[in-house]
Amino acid sequence: MKKYAWRVSLIALFIVASIVYLVPTVVGQLPSWWSGVLPKDKIHLGLDLQGGTHLVMGVETQKAVEGQLDLIATDIEDSLNEQKVRFKKVGKISSDRVQVTLYDSASADAVQKLVKKKYPDLELLPATNEGGFVNMQLRINEKEAQVRKDRAVAQALETIRNRIDQFGVAEPIIQREGIDHIVVQLPGIKDPKRAIELIGKTARLEFKLVDENVNAATATPGTIPEDDELLYEKRTDPTTGAVSETPLVVKRKAMITGELLTDAQIRIDSQYNQPYVAIEFNSTGARLFDQVTAANVGKRFAIVLDNNIYSAPVIRERISGGSAQISGSFTEKDASDLAIVLRAGSLPAPVKILQNVTVGPSLGADSIHKGLFAGLIGVALVVVFMAIYYKISGMVANIGMVLNIVYLMGAMAALGATLTLPGIAAIVLLVGMSVDANVLIFERIREELRLGKTPHAALDAGYDKAFLTIMDSHVTTLITAAVLFQFGTGPVKGFAVSLSLGIIINLFTSLVSTRVIFDMFLDRVRVKRLSI
Amino acid sequence: MELIGKTKIDFMGMKKVTFVISGIIALIGLIAIIQIGRGAANMGIDFSGGIAMQLKFDKPVTIQQAREALVREGVKDAELQEITDGNKLLIKIRKGSQGDVKVADHIQDVLKKEFPANPFQVESSTEIGPSIGEKLKKDTLVAVAISMLGIVLYIAWRFDFKFGVAAVVATLHDVLAIFAVFFLLHKEVNLLLITAVLTIAGYSMTDTVVVFDRIRENLHKSLKDPLMDVFNRSINEVLSRTIVTSLTAFLSAVALLVFGGEVIHDFAFALAVGIAVGTYSSVFVASPIVVIWEKAPEEVKA
Repeated sequence: MKKYAWRVSLIALFIVASIVYLVPTVVGQLPSWWSGVLPKDKIHLGLDLQGGTHLVMGVETQKAVEGQLDLIATDIEDSLNEQKVRFKKVGKISSDRVQVTLYDSASADAVQKLVKKKYPDLELLPATNEGGFVNMQLRINEKEAQVRKDRAVAQALETIRNRIDQFGVAEPIIQREGIDHIVVQLPGIKDPKRAIELIGKTARLEFKLVDENVNAATATPGTIPEDDELLYEKRTDPTTGAVSETPLVVKRKAMITGELLTDAQIRIDSQYNQPYVAIEFNSTGARLFDQVTAANVGKRFAIVLDNNIYSAPVIRERISGGSAQISGSFTEKDASDLAIVLRAGSLPAPVKILQNVTVGPSLGADSIHKGLFAGLIGVALVVVFMAIYYKISGMVANIGMVLNIVYLMGAMAALGATLTLPGIAAIVLLVGMSVDANVLIFERIREELRLGKTPHAALDAGYDKAFLTIMDSHVTTLITAAVLFQFGTGPVKGFAVSLSLGIIINLFTSLVSTRVIFDMFLDRVRVKRLSI
Repeated sequence: MELIGKTKIDFMGMKKVTFVISGIIALIGLIAIIQIGRGAANMGIDFSGGIAMQLKFDKPVTIQQAREALVREGVKDAELQEITDGNKLLIKIRKGSQGDVKVADHIQDVLKKEFPANPFQVESSTEIGPSIGEKLKKDTLVAVAISMLGIVLYIAWRFDFKFGVAAVVATLHDVLAIFAVFFLLHKEVNLLLITAVLTIAGYSMTDTVVVFDRIRENLHKSLKDPLMDVFNRSINEVLSRTIVTSLTAFLSAVALLVFGGEVIHDFAFALAVGIAVGTYSSVFVASPIVVIWEKAPEEVKA
């Protein structure tokens, strides 16, 4: 008895551990005493089984860098104005350059000082003379651009996480993948289209003054003044659903931006029963808003989100206190989503949806049922075959197979692995392969018995001689499983996880578990003939 | 119980016939891979980029009706496929012509308008941009290459070089066979198929290793016998295990194929084909290669 004590206890220990880890998955409501170190995680189901949306988004990082150059240009312009330095023009001239055009080289010194102080990370190219003007160029070098791109992706990730949290999705997964990809998984989501719109919106909020000197109806992008831009206000008729577009010419420069917001909430207009979004500015924003409205009473102020005008109300009076409202022709859902994106902040760069895999809950449930049913049929077929072909020894192999499945499920729960439909397939396949090792051993034992060995001697020889073969065959499969894990995504990764765990566990069950059953049996009972 | 008793089949003697069969399979497989590389096969949208949607209608819809409806609204290059149980329709558009995200919404709108009395549910919808497809193609090639290399190195270490090469040739043969079958049946080449192919590569190798193990053992025992005899005897000795293990794995794969549902149908099919071919190849491809290579028994060093 002593010689297999450690093996039996190891087997028992694994069984207990597997069952403990499987309790949260199997039991719907955990009892109250189930606490402390006891595991609480269920086996995760992949999106293909529980339904949901898997998104891969690409952050357009180059645009983030260009956007920052625009900001830098505006900031330099403001600072030069403040310092009363005369200049002709400041603006971004290429994807990595801002150019300051001055009237004389005397002001170049001032610009140089300013740039050194405020933007030490930027490269200042030597000033050049051109047609009587002095050109100074600021360049963002490759390394600095990379740093900013990297930051943009990190920031986008954070913003998307905020938005999803506020939207309310249970157990979302939001991860960065590679250089500029973000992977979002939303299990069990009901309205994927709405969620995607919410996540993908850049949500750059700007307040811009309407240029009343230009006739918007006849304006084209070529004919308007250089510091103006042509934008459209979209209105949806609530009864007919028809969309109308009204052109408006606004100042290119935003007076106030969404970064200055502290809060955004959906409210319902009591008079017209129309939803709108109430926004609150921080102290800087409130002061700016106060100044701008005071200076522009009677003019129109366009509220622009991602280059679409939501509304352009006339400033009737100076607005202090730092609150305002965004109204437009939107539904309650639109307004509530707008409030969410404003609260969560804007994305530093537009994102593009590169991949969108959505599985409806019904298909997922269908897949689980069919997968499990197919699994049961597979197990039943193999069990019956083994019992007929190898009789009692076949039943021992069947016990080993059941142990395999229990261990595998336990291990998946313990590791927090994800079960996908191909993962179920891997388990079913494993059922077939788990008896493979036993078949190898049994065939070997039969051969040894034919040579006239006693049952025990044949058993020992069978296990010993089959050992290397079993190792070889398992290692080769493990190599492919490991590669699949490294390169696969989603369902394929689930397959690789189930397969590789299964292979390792199978090695244990076939070499230790079934062996110990035979040993114990043959030690206790004097058998003349092995039932194999 | 025993399916087959002691056998004395001259497997090596059949090599002329089986080499011709395998050669044809491999040739079709190569053509299939070239066609896949050119994108001329039935590529899944995970590789080509595009849109795939599975819709479940309340009442039966024929492909004809759906196609006419879509063409009327300007969706011309959609591939439609019916799933027999439960009035399901699979719509696929590869990238290039209209591989725009908006198309998915457009198709739904069209079908809603054209079949007002027959509402549907979107059971699944997949949109994949071309850049992802390209990346996936590259990753897959790397994955296949690395796993093949890993297996070659392992076999070369455990056996000798000739066995290693023979095992890899047999495995490649099986991989080609699966592609050949999928190509001839015009089944979709997607990521799940690649997964199945890699799994079969591992499985086929396993099967070959078992046969080689026995050959090596017998080569050590009987150095004087002709090589052909040792190989034939070894294969005959492990024949019942080869058949039994393939049978159990095959039974599981068939269970998946029949009962696993449409999502996993082709995957299970590839596994079933692969298990069958993998068993054949370890006997009829891998072993004869070693025999031909090692002309005289004196040279055996395994």
